[in-house]
Amino acid sequence: MHAGLLGIEEMDRAEIETILARAKDFQPIQSQSLKKLDTLRGKMIVNLFYEASTRTRTSFEIAAKRLGADAVSITASGSSVSKGESLVDTLNTLAAMRPDAIVMRHAASGAPHFLARHLPAPIINAGDGTHEHPTQALLDARTILDRRPALEGLRVAIIGDIAHSRVARSNVHLLAKFGVEIVLCGPASLLPVELAQLAPGVHLTTDIREAIREADVIMMLRVQLERQHEASFPASEYFRFYGLQLEHLDLAKPDAIVMHPGPINRGRELSSEVADFQRSVILNQVENGIAVRMAVLERVIG
Amino acid sequence: MPIVIKNGRVIDPASQTDRVADVLIVDGRIAGVAPNLASPKAEIFDATGMIVAPGFIDMHVHLREPGFEHAETIESGSRAAAAGGFTSVCCMPNTKPVNDSAMVTSYIVERARRLGVVNVFPIGAITKGSGGEELSAIGAMKAAGAVAISDDGLPVMNARVMRRAMEFARSYDLPVIQHCEDLNLSAGGDMHEGAQSVRWGLRGIPAASEDVMVARDLVLAQLTGARYHVAHISTRNAVAMVDYARRGGLAVTCEATPHHFALSDDRMAAYDSNYKMKPPLRSVCDRGAVVDGIAAGTVSAIATDHAPHPGSEKMQEFERCPFGIIGLETAIALALEELVAPGRITLNRMVELFTTGPDAVVRLGRGTLSPGAPGDVTVFSTEVSWTYDVNESHSRSRNSPFHGRTFRGGPVATVVNGEFVWRRDGA
Repeated sequence: MHAGLLGIEEMDRAEIETILARAKDFQPIQSQSLKKLDTLRGKMIVNLFYEASTRTRTSFEIAAKRLGADAVSITASGSSVSKGESLVDTLNTLAAMRPDAIVMRHAASGAPHFLARHLPAPIINAGDGTHEHPTQALLDARTILDRRPALEGLRVAIIGDIAHSRVARSNVHLLAKFGVEIVLCGPASLLPVELAQLAPGVHLTTDIREAIREADVIMMLRVQLERQHEASFPASEYFRFYGLQLEHLDLAKPDAIVMHPGPINRGRELSSEVADFQRSVILNQVENGIAVRMAVLERVIG
Repeated sequence: MPIVIKNGRVIDPASQTDRVADVLIVDGRIAGVAPNLASPKAEIFDATGMIVAPGFIDMHVHLREPGFEHAETIESGSRAAAAGGFTSVCCMPNTKPVNDSAMVTSYIVERARRLGVVNVFPIGAITKGSGGEELSAIGAMKAAGAVAISDDGLPVMNARVMRRAMEFARSYDLPVIQHCEDLNLSAGGDMHEGAQSVRWGLRGIPAASEDVMVARDLVLAQLTGARYHVAHISTRNAVAMVDYARRGGLAVTCEATPHHFALSDDRMAAYDSNYKMKPPLRSVCDRGAVVDGIAAGTVSAIATDHAPHPGSEKMQEFERCPFGIIGLETAIALALEELVAPGRITLNRMVELFTTGPDAVVRLGRGTLSPGAPGDVTVFSTEVSWTYDVNESHSRSRNSPFHGRTFRGGPVATVVNGEFVWRRDGA
């Protein structure tokens, strides 16, 4: 890994495998009574969140602390970020504090790439607009690998608002590097045909049943129709056509798992029964988030 | 002092001239084109091995004055024009205040007369404040010097207003220049809608947003009989529709920018706002259609859409950066490299696209070396090797995707109204 972690697209398979293996080493630590290491003692990590995020921010904070690093979190409200200071000015100020890494979440696609061109500190992308969310894809892969011997040959369905999903993009890039068959599914207005060119092995469908058929993994995306710039799909009938329900699971492989990056909307993208389904691994994803982010921080800073 | 430009290959499409000759300019006007011309006390410029052409016209620039002088002024922009081999520019009305009245038009004409390095011709706004609703004082602006009307940067979305504008423009014999973009289709978009925008998670501006507006306007042009010009054409369908309208006898023209014939969305640097403009860099297929349209004669003019923005505005998140790039200093080199060198057009055709082509639209009475014509001459070379350093630009702004590119061919000297206003170092 070079300076930071901006996206999965630029990473090669070996790099990804190294991080996933290291994350596995960190998994037992999560359940020990003494959870703290001193790998990154004396290092300072700034979590810069321009967009509300409890889960990802907390996960990065915990990961940093378990490695012994000092973590400072700055969110858009309550800092000069909300006073109209430009991105460059804010980051110059932060850079002067000489952090060892900046973890950044921003609503604009490419914002971390822009900063990486102008700042010496390594930048870890914690989600940029509708572009990438690399650590989410890494923790999703870790979660799948906890239940499957390999990613090769799996069939993964990703269902929801694909057009606006950074989680989907990062997962597509990661899974494609391992030869996974990927089916992207959503309403046509949220499923641009160009997605098929994103990576090898990607298929598109607007039919949720077709997407789920013979799937090993079903990834549901959070759908926020009300936050979109236009009415891409009538919110009132979203669940009827694209919500995951128990009966759908009969179409998938018998041991198929259900994933979701959270926070879930019960009754919107999945039914309550599915959320509580025994093969739903949503909480395992959260747990793996910390292990994977420890591996990423260690690799970027260590 | 008279000027003799000696031994260049003189290309003047207006008089169907293409031969090695001298060009004599006396009292600010072309006095003759012939071999072995001499004049006592004349300043001699040796153009051996170079092309000598009528002064190039850029019918689409933004000089930002009045109102945005931190980005560009009439003086700095016209200096950049001179360094790019242009002798005349037409400036769009999206200044502050908008050039929607004879008063603003006169102000620009007067400022340009005092400070302009090249000839500056204002384009008036179609609607007041370019708000798209109420027509501006078109006749008065023409009387004050406006050579066309346009709400460039914004399209006239209301078809009824556009119809009336075309009717008025026809009665004043002014061309109507449209920035073709259906704002509902392009809303929120930052780059061409395609594989690249989907990959980068940036909102797209579909080619359809241009196509829909061109189609509507061509219908209105037929209805009104107006002279109608599509600014910065960028899509395959738009080129095809303009071609269709021209074959049908409508007074329809279009221009293409160097960036739209030289670049496509697959050539963008990720999230680099120096590649952000409207219309956006389109697909490889659209770019090919623009080049084909230039070669086939559907496109009448090359225009830069020189759009300066200061660094502070371009140093932001991609989606917050303003649209537009500067282009005056790189236009000739790009035309030579992307169109002439690969054999898509001849040098003669290239000169047309910079002279008689735009002049037929905005009717400046320039773009020719006929005796008595204004003494505007562009001297350029197909051989000179040079590297574009945007930090050395005469523009006040630095937003160019061509920074650092080494070109073969470019302008060498620029003569405006009988005086050298720019020479390449060493020329």
